[in-house]
Amino acid sequence: MTERPFVEIDHVWMRYGGTGGTLALRDASLTVDRQEFVAVVGPSGCGKSTLMRLVTGLWPTSSGAVIVAGKEVDRPLSIAGMAFQNPTLLPWRTIMDNIMLPLEVVTPHSSRLRRHRKDYEAQVHELLELVGLKGFDQKNPWQLSGGMQQRASLCRALIHQPELLMLDEPFAALDVFTREDLWGVLQNLWMARRPTVILVTHDLREAVFLADRVLVMTARPGRIMLEKTIDLPRPRTIEMTYTPHFQGMVQELREYIDEARRGEEVADAA
Amino acid sequence: MQRNVTVAAAAAGASSVTPLPTAGDAAFRRDNTVVRRDLEPIREPNSERDAELVAAGIRRKRLIAVLPWSLFVVLLVVWEALARGLNIPEFVLPAPTVIAQSLVTWWDPIVENALQTLKTTLIGFALANILGMTLGVLVGSSLLVYHSLYPMLIAFNSIPKVAVVPILVIWFGVGTAPAIVTSFLISFFPITVNVAAGIATVEPELRDVLRALGAHPLNIVRKVGLPRAMPYYFASLKIAITSSFLGSILAETVAGQKGIGHLMIVASSRFEVPLVFAGLIVTAVMSVTMYTIATVIERRTIGWATRSQNDAGSAPGH
Repeated sequence: MTERPFVEIDHVWMRYGGTGGTLALRDASLTVDRQEFVAVVGPSGCGKSTLMRLVTGLWPTSSGAVIVAGKEVDRPLSIAGMAFQNPTLLPWRTIMDNIMLPLEVVTPHSSRLRRHRKDYEAQVHELLELVGLKGFDQKNPWQLSGGMQQRASLCRALIHQPELLMLDEPFAALDVFTREDLWGVLQNLWMARRPTVILVTHDLREAVFLADRVLVMTARPGRIMLEKTIDLPRPRTIEMTYTPHFQGMVQELREYIDEARRGEEVADAA
Repeated sequence: MQRNVTVAAAAAGASSVTPLPTAGDAAFRRDNTVVRRDLEPIREPNSERDAELVAAGIRRKRLIAVLPWSLFVVLLVVWEALARGLNIPEFVLPAPTVIAQSLVTWWDPIVENALQTLKTTLIGFALANILGMTLGVLVGSSLLVYHSLYPMLIAFNSIPKVAVVPILVIWFGVGTAPAIVTSFLISFFPITVNVAAGIATVEPELRDVLRALGAHPLNIVRKVGLPRAMPYYFASLKIAITSSFLGSILAETVAGQKGIGHLMIVASSRFEVPLVFAGLIVTAVMSVTMYTIATVIERRTIGWATRSQNDAGSAPGH
């Protein structure tokens, strides 16, 4: 690959609360190519979410550089879409207006929104159809189930056509059936729009199902322990997750995570 | 359809491994472990019981609507009976009928003074809304403002307002102004605290979502913080409007020439105790009316915040 990676995290250190504070990341480095789908897994508290906030420029690094699209990140990015475990839809807005929210604050769109409202509404309808929420645009968030709210949250993260999509355990609060449905939804969205995606998750099946490449982090202070390329063809299906090949990959990742956690115990004992 | 095709493709791709059996395979259909219950005929539900539950729900709603009024009537009757039965002197505890009579006799001065109190209260309350809202937004959206202003606000709020009234009289003279200022001083604090709480507790994830879009902090307050603070704001209005009345009547009692507080002080100095009670009742009525108006506006504007509670309230047994 000769093209420069879209996201580069270069020997980044991150410490909270001054010199005596918690060290969340220790010399973490990774790269993500443009239009790649990367999943980050690791033991709980290993700094996965910290990584997300550093990439989007929400927090400054203690040391080292974060480079996105060739430019060093020193302020919030303004091109990233984000979705979290909690869908955080605004209860006083309809689903349509919730999804439009980013357009009201992003610079190129906010000034055009009033004149081109019909075009933008059409885009929302298109996204809603992609995630299986067609016809729900005038509903209020509380009228939707948790899984449907999370679908809407994904639409909100994608409406301004971000180049970078950051997902922090977006499906962790959902039941297994809904979660597996939404894997398919997310895969469809990614294949249709091809944003660069960084997905933080603790669900190894989810990581293998969705990602081109899985990065495993060590226990805190986090570092990238290894990366594994997932060679499954797309579109991937739930049936594939029952094949020995898929389960073998999950098993392998699981062993790395165990190794990472054992490292943590050693560090605690020392 | 598409699923099956891709499964076949995946299976073909990994030809060296035997695929696991799926639920559709014959190997999984073991009839001795599976009993199909969905093939049995459906028995109709007990509609009588259903209707009974609905009727019980309606009866309960009616009871809830009637209860406060009937309790009020019972209280009046007991009061009347006690006052008359025990021969309690009028200047100690007048009976409800005596109070009503006094209300009729003194109707004109009561209305005039009540309107004065209403006016000072509402002006003070309006000022409290403006300042309370502004301070609330500032305190809630900036940690710097919060840390520099909050201790002072708390200290100020703990000052007994009755001690402030004489100072206000020195500054503004006896009359309308001290009542307005007291009403304002006593009611802006709850508004400030509540609006600040609403804005400060915006979900950090949502804040991140918007910041990662390059949203200006002011924009976040406008689009998310303020609407989110509205339920808190209305909750504080209910407290603020009643304490607003408290403030203006307090000032009228200490140093007023007009107003329901002044009327009550004059009446008690003349041992016109039924008139004092009439004044109390008029105050209560005004206060409840304003509270109700606040509640109606609240329901109209932020139905989204009380929605789930309303839904739960209609279920039987709640």
